[in-house]
Order: sequence, then structure tokens, then C-alpha cells
Amino acid sequence: MRGLIYVLSTLAVIALAYWAYHENYQTQQALREVKSLQRQIGDARERLAVLRAEWAYLNRPERLRDLSELNFPDLQLMPLAPEHFGSVAEVAYPAPEPRFGILDPVDVAARLIEGVAE
Amino acid sequence: MTRTPLRPLARVLEARAKGENPDAIERENIRLRHERMRDRMRVRAESRLLMMAVMFVMLFAVVGARMGVLASTEPSEPRASAGGESIVAQRADIVDRNGRLLATNLVTNALYAQPPMMIEPARAARELAKIFPDLDEEELVEDFTGKRKFLWIKRKISPEQQQMVHDIGEPGLLFGPREMRLYPNGRLAAHVLGGAGFGREGVHSAEVIGVAGVEKAFDDYLRDPANGGAPLELSLDLTVQATARRVLEGGMKIMDAKGATAILMDARTGELVSLVSLPDFDPNDRPVPLTEGDPSDSPLFNRAVQGVYELGSTFKVFTAAQALEMGVAAPGTMVDTQGPLRWGKFRIRDFHDYGSEMSLTDVIVKSSNIGTARLAQQIGGDRQRVFLERLGLTEPTPVELVEAPGIAPLLPARWSELSTMTISYGHGLSASPLHLAAAYASVVNGGCKVAPTLVRRAPEPGCAERVISEKTSRTIRGMLREVVTRGTASFAEVEGYAVGGKTGTADKPRPRGGYYEDRVIATFAGLFPAHDPDYVLIVTLDEPTVSALGEAQRTAGWTAVPVASELIRRVAPLLDMRPEIEPGPAFGVKLTGN
Repeated sequence: MRGLIYVLSTLAVIALAYWAYHENYQTQQALREVKSLQRQIGDARERLAVLRAEWAYLNRPERLRDLSELNFPDLQLMPLAPEHFGSVAEVAYPAPEPRFGILDPVDVAARLIEGVAE
Repeated sequence: MTRTPLRPLARVLEARAKGENPDAIERENIRLRHERMRDRMRVRAESRLLMMAVMFVMLFAVVGARMGVLASTEPSEPRASAGGESIVAQRADIVDRNGRLLATNLVTNALYAQPPMMIEPARAARELAKIFPDLDEEELVEDFTGKRKFLWIKRKISPEQQQMVHDIGEPGLLFGPREMRLYPNGRLAAHVLGGAGFGREGVHSAEVIGVAGVEKAFDDYLRDPANGGAPLELSLDLTVQATARRVLEGGMKIMDAKGATAILMDARTGELVSLVSLPDFDPNDRPVPLTEGDPSDSPLFNRAVQGVYELGSTFKVFTAAQALEMGVAAPGTMVDTQGPLRWGKFRIRDFHDYGSEMSLTDVIVKSSNIGTARLAQQIGGDRQRVFLERLGLTEPTPVELVEAPGIAPLLPARWSELSTMTISYGHGLSASPLHLAAAYASVVNGGCKVAPTLVRRAPEPGCAERVISEKTSRTIRGMLREVVTRGTASFAEVEGYAVGGKTGTADKPRPRGGYYEDRVIATFAGLFPAHDPDYVLIVTLDEPTVSALGEAQRTAGWTAVPVASELIRRVAPLLDMRPEIEPGPAFGVKLTGN
């Protein structure tokens, strides 16, 4: 009985040692991965900052104004002025369907007279 | 444990036989037993104390060892946490009210040399002079072959230049990473942003510190890592700023002015939506300050904040507001305008002769110096001073620019009755255009004091400090509107925006006393829409002239006002204001009782 306990506990120690060794290496690997990922994130953020700066530089009002002036024949963009505001009431509704399918007023009058005669 | 009996029979019998007291034996045995017990207890207690001591020593040793380890190891970032590092640069970005970038950072390199490591110093110098035309080859050769062990060659170089330097193949030329401040919009908002430069420099990094404007005023905030890289949000609107600068630049050229300023301020919160001062500079390449001559001639000079001028008739509004507030006069009260008004040997004149008397409204609309001076006489110097103090016209503005706290308005040495009279129409007291903007906003927004700010902030409910009553404010707004509809600022009319405002033309003082005949500061202080003002606009032109009606015109009505009107026409739509029909004078609910 005692011998069996010795054997079992020795095996348990070996198993635990193997497990600890394995975990240790896995942790180290995970930390290495995290480090490389964080470096990538840092690089990406730095690139993002450069791209944002470039975006702001390319979108600076002065340049956009010059571009819109250069391309005036195509774009016809004007500086915003008070006259450019419209109201919803100014938007035309779709033209109503003609009631009789004919648009000539003479015909319409004739049709109405016919209607009265009937 | 074997117990020894306290009264051993043999000894008791023996003692009895000898006639001794057997109780003494028992007491003796009890004593011995107690001594033994005491010894045992002491040993146990001592061992416990020893144990405790050992444990304490071990615990302190652990703490001490840990402290030693922490003190001696290199710091490292926590690697296991999620989220990662959010701070990219050592200095936070600056954005406008819509989140558009005004200032950010770029990573570049600095170029330095270590002459002892050089192989071909002469060739390196020749090649460097080719890449950077501003470097002198002979000086470089001298530096490289002399005794110097280290020298900076360029603070900031582009990636292309870095590659070219790299291609020289000289091991003594080295690069150090640098963060540089970039202002993508160039000259736009140059005076607000100020600029940045390098502080302490090392090979591996350099401090970026603000040198002027908000960059310096918020230097600590921008560099504070506790903010997690959150940008500083200004109240400026990039689009409005660009438009205002464009219009003002055009106006300055047409009016042949030396300098110009435009301030657009939210009338309720005091937020500066646009602040332009011309001439300006590129903060990416900040010019060196002038070492001689007038500092106001430098493009670095912020006319809106640093320039203190006598702002002329725009001050009449404050006199009128105080007269109304104190009940000295009502809008219809007739004021004596018979000129010239003599005070000692000093004479106050009007631009035109306006007859013997006018109503208070007309005094403002036609801009009568004599009428305003008479009102000021009735108000009195002390009360005038208190009122101007309440409007913030006697102390530096609280705006968040590093230049602002040093700029106090110039007040007369002695606030005499004559000073009271001249200050009432804007002479004898010099203030910056920003002071004027804040004071106008306070007067027209319903009477709540406004502090100018460059940082975006939520409007505060209610009125923190009342300057004048709601009713006076409304009356003043009506008068300012009439100045535009039938007075000196008739060119300011922009259909749909109900502009109100007041002109001011002040002769420039000579450096040696007296005033120039032909140099003026023309100012227009306006608000729109006049019935419920959202924005206050100040336009100031320095030494404008325009020829109209066959002669050179310098008054604000001919110079600053047309510029301001064009500015409002262009800027108001950008501020989401659609043109609307102005409510008539009879508009509003009349409260009646019966």
C-alpha cells in the first residue's frame, strides 16, 4: 500500500511539473504575442496620426477653395450665400395627373359641355 | 507526566518523628512545582517571541527586497492589460469645434554628427551642403575636423532628406527621432494657435513646448499624460475662420489698410467662433520677433488681443446704455448738441453740425460727440468708471491666450471730468478689440456679463452677473439697428440678417503726443440678428483709405462697415443661419391687466 502511494505521488509530481513547465512556456509565448500585437497597434496608431494629419492638410480650406476655383467649369461651386437657402414650399410637388388625359383647354371645354349635355 | 506527591508519606512520618511541621514539606513541594512550571512557561514564551521575531524579520526582508527590486529594475509597460497604449504623441492634438484638426504631431528625425566617428569629413560636408542648400560647406568642414565631439546639423528633416543623408554612407552622421508640431491649416488661426518649439533636447527625444497662443496657455494640459491623449477642443470654427480671413484679407487690400482684425463671438456664451488678425504668419515656420522698432509691425502681433486702441464712437453705446439704465435719459429725451462744446481750452466738435438738440436715439444714430459728452457729464466720472469696470473694460481679458493677461486697457492717469467726457465717445481710454467684443456682447445679449473664451463650453443657464437690465438691452439693440437702417453704418445692411451696429473712427495718436490728421483706426462693432443677437462681430481696420465720391474716405462707415457687411453675408449662412424676416417694432406680446 505504502509503495503504491509513493509511486502515485511521484507520478503526480512529474505530471504537475510538466504542467507547470507547459503553462510557463505558454504564458511566455502569449506575452511575446501581446508585445508584438501592441507594437503593431502602436505602429497603426502612429500611421493613423500621420494619415489624419495628411487628411487635414489635404482638406485645408485654402486648398479646397483653390481646387473649386480651378475646377469651376465642371463643379460650378460658389461660396455659400444667403440666397442659397430655400424652403420646403419651394420644392415643386409632382405635377398632378391630367384629369381627362388631354391638355388642350379647347378640348377640355368641349368635353365638359358634352358632360353637361349628357 | 508523573506527579510527585505533595505530602510524601515517608518524609511526613520522618518529620513527625522529629517533631517538625509536616505542612512545611507540602509548601516546599508546592514551591518547587511552581518553579518548574514557571521555567517551562518561560521557555515556551521565549520560543514564541523568537518565532514572532523571525517572522517579522522575514516579512520586513520581503518588503525590503521588493522595494529594492522595484527601485533597481527598469520600468516596463504592463503587457498583459487589454486596450493597449492610447497615447501616441507626447502632446495632445488641438481641434476646432467640429473636431477638425488644427494642430497635430508628426514623427520626423533630427540629424546630428559625431566627428570622431567620421571617415571622410570633407566629403560628408560637401554632400550635406548639396542636400541642404542653406548649410555652408566650409563651416561644416571646420566643425567636422575641429575638436567638437558632437553637433546638431538639422532639427527636423523630411524622410526624403533622411534617405539622401543615409546614402552618403558616413557613419558619423546619425539620426534621432523627433516629434514635430504640425499645423495643417497654415496661416489660418495662426495667432490663436501661436506655435511650438523644442525645449530640452536629447539624442533620443526632445520636448515639444508651446511658445505662444493657446499652445503656451494650455502647455501643461496638452502635455498631461493623465488626459490620455484627448484633444483640446477650441471654440473656433475652421470654415468660418477661413471665410473670415479671406474676406478680411480682401477688405484690407481694397481699403489699403496696414492691418485688420475680425472677431466673431457668440453673444451669449462668449465663445470666439473666429478670431483673425492680419498680417499673420505661418505657425509651422514662426518668424523671429522684431528686436527693434514697433512690435505691432511684426506679423506675430495679435491685433485683436494685444493691440490697444482708442476705439472711438463705438463707446457711445456704453454711455447711452448707462444713461438709460440710470434713468438719466430715455430714448426720446432731447440732448443738447450745440457745438462746439468748450471745456477749459479743450473743444469737442462733431463730424457734422447736428443743430441745437437731438433725441438720445439720434445721438447714437448720427454719432454726436457733443451729445454723448453732455450725457457723460450728467452721469459723472465715478459712476462711468464703475460701469466700464463691470463691462470688463478696465482689466485684461480672461481669454485663454498667453498674451492676454499682460494686456490691460490704457486708462487716464486721473479720471477727470474732461476724461469722462472724452471716454464717453471713445477717446482717452484704449482697449483691445476683444475687450470691445466682450463688452458689446454683454450689453446686447440681454445684459448678462460675457467672458471671452477660446475653449468650447456648454452655455450656462441663467445670468451669472447682470450688467444692465433686459429692457435697456432691448432699447440699445433697437438703437444699434437704427444706426444701420438710417445712420452711419448704412452699408452694413445684409438682407435677412437684421444687422445692428455702431461705427467708430478714431484718429491714431502720434508716438510723441497729439493725433495724426490722416491716420485712423476704423471700427465696426455689430451684432446680428439685432432683435435676438446670436453673434457679435468686431471689424477693425488700421489706417484704411478708400476713394469714394471723388475724395479719400477714412471714416468707418466707408471702410470697416462694407468689410463687416460682406463678412456677415458670407459667414452667417455658414453658421446655419437662414435669412429671415425681421419682426416689426410692434411684434411681441403686450402684457395688460384689467
